[in-house]
Amino acid sequence: METIVSLGVGLLMGAGAWLVLRPTSFSVVLGLTLMAYAINFLIFVAGRIDRTSPPLTLKGTSGWADPLPQALVLTAIVISFGMTAYLVALALRALGDTGTDRIDGRAGDGDERP
Amino acid sequence: MSHLPILPFLVPLLAAALLMLLHGHPLAVQRSVSMGGTLAGLAAALLLLHQAAGGVMSVYALGNWPPPYGIVLVVDRLAALMVLLVFLLAVPALLMAAGGGSFDARGRHFHTVFQLQLAGLAGAFLTGDIFNLFVCFEILLLASYALLVHGGGAERARAGLSYVVLNLVGSTMFLVAIAILYGTLGTLNIADMALLLPAVPAEDLPLVRTGLMLLMLVFLLKGALMPLGFWLPHVYAAATVPVAILFAVMTKVGIVALLRVSVVALGDAGAAARLFLPWLPLLALGTIALGTIGAFAARRLATVVAHLVVISSGTLLFAIAMADEAATAALLYYLPHTTLVTGGFFLLAGAIALRRGAIADHLVRGPVIAGRWALGFAFLVMAVAASGLPPLSGFIGKLMLLQGAAAPGWQAAWWTTLLVSGLGVALVLARVASTLFWEPEGHQASAVETQRIGPVASLALILLVAASPVLTFAAAPVSAFARATAVELHARTPYLEAVVAGTGPVQRETRPTPEPERTAP
Repeated sequence: METIVSLGVGLLMGAGAWLVLRPTSFSVVLGLTLMAYAINFLIFVAGRIDRTSPPLTLKGTSGWADPLPQALVLTAIVISFGMTAYLVALALRALGDTGTDRIDGRAGDGDERP
Repeated sequence: MSHLPILPFLVPLLAAALLMLLHGHPLAVQRSVSMGGTLAGLAAALLLLHQAAGGVMSVYALGNWPPPYGIVLVVDRLAALMVLLVFLLAVPALLMAAGGGSFDARGRHFHTVFQLQLAGLAGAFLTGDIFNLFVCFEILLLASYALLVHGGGAERARAGLSYVVLNLVGSTMFLVAIAILYGTLGTLNIADMALLLPAVPAEDLPLVRTGLMLLMLVFLLKGALMPLGFWLPHVYAAATVPVAILFAVMTKVGIVALLRVSVVALGDAGAAARLFLPWLPLLALGTIALGTIGAFAARRLATVVAHLVVISSGTLLFAIAMADEAATAALLYYLPHTTLVTGGFFLLAGAIALRRGAIADHLVRGPVIAGRWALGFAFLVMAVAASGLPPLSGFIGKLMLLQGAAAPGWQAAWWTTLLVSGLGVALVLARVASTLFWEPEGHQASAVETQRIGPVASLALILLVAASPVLTFAAAPVSAFARATAVELHARTPYLEAVVAGTGPVQRETRPTPEPERTAP
């Protein structure tokens, strides 16, 4: 289980990092979204991968799943969602102002939007 | 429990909400609400400083959840000083936004976002745990994204896009650090981390160190250390004047967070041994050199000032890397000085730009500036303060840094870099002054092109120009406060006892034994 989760987080993070380094803002937005997914997984498993403990404190059970990462991940999701929305709005505005989707605002050779 | 510690965060937040409702009302109403919020925040900050200067460390547990389980705000001398600095800079920034060139009328919701930025800044300095620090960072960053593109234009949109992307990647790294530290230590409270770090099991050590390094990386990105700081001159020079003034304190958020975490949480724990050496001092010296070279190459006054911010970041980060009480004391005298002076310099650049019409603050010869005697005198004061020449506070600060922040082995490099950089800044500013004031070309610019800056913005300028002379005359009490802050910070126990003592034994997670892998059901 640990292996699968860590491979998944690594894969998402790697793909995100590659996309963020692309010169067009569309792929950067996608890359940041993938990185945010990777982070959400990572925070979630920071409270240990646990299949047996109940999520709530019930009578007669000892120990329960760590509730804090769930709260943290919720905050992280909300913030990354808001940031992505703002980034998309800003990218659209930059597209309108500069006429190109490239991150440096210069029309370049290749890597244009399809 | 007194509710004073949360006021510097809450008041701007409420003002922002109120301003959102007032959208569409006359600008005068919005300006007064915004100014009211800022002044109320300033009053709260002054009260906090008064309290902290008496040696009282107030801990505010939100919702009365005891630390380390709940979120805490901690007001020690450092937090009180930084919160006061935020509001001290916010007042002239607001005056300039309202009084000089009506910057706040160039886009919508200026005052709402401005108040949110203040809330984020105050929260980031007050918070006592790392996740809340992340949240406050995000509040201030989101506000700064909106403030940066305020006023519109292709230049700002381009600067804004790269700034946002860079900081989003930074936030991602911040979350990775938080996840790793929570996964290994089981706490995000700074004081609690300090108690747990000396006892990290050996098999977790590499992971903990990775988490700490990622955390430092984020702070250094905000603080604009050399390879991570290339965004700063571009972004600061593109922002409108009141926004640039407020941004002068934004790099200090990263720097103070680094100081707090490295001194209070890491201390001399084995897990953090030699985390900074020798790369941080080296890169800090490089940052100073790079900022100086950049100032020579700049073609606008605002870009020159942005490079001054880079230089001051490098100076402060070097002092942090020395990690010793004398260095911290010097740093804490230099920090308010450099923040107020760079903020004031952005304001002065804006005032000069308004008077020069179309050529703005580009460093080309232009018409005679109206009111050049007053502006020229202001420039002289600022230049002397910024380049660290006697008799103003820049000189005192640098002297303290030269004496205090030189561990054996670093002395030669540190003294050379700081002194040569000071000389370079003096040269750059002398050249700028002679271009702007002494080599007029043609006649006075027509009144149509230029804008008067009005009495309100002049007041803002006077306030910030007076900052360095005031810090010079008050050098004894301010440096005594800085020293007391450094002693308190490095002693660590006052902070740790105030936050985590008295909450009884903390229930820790017992590490689960690895579950045997089951076969598929």
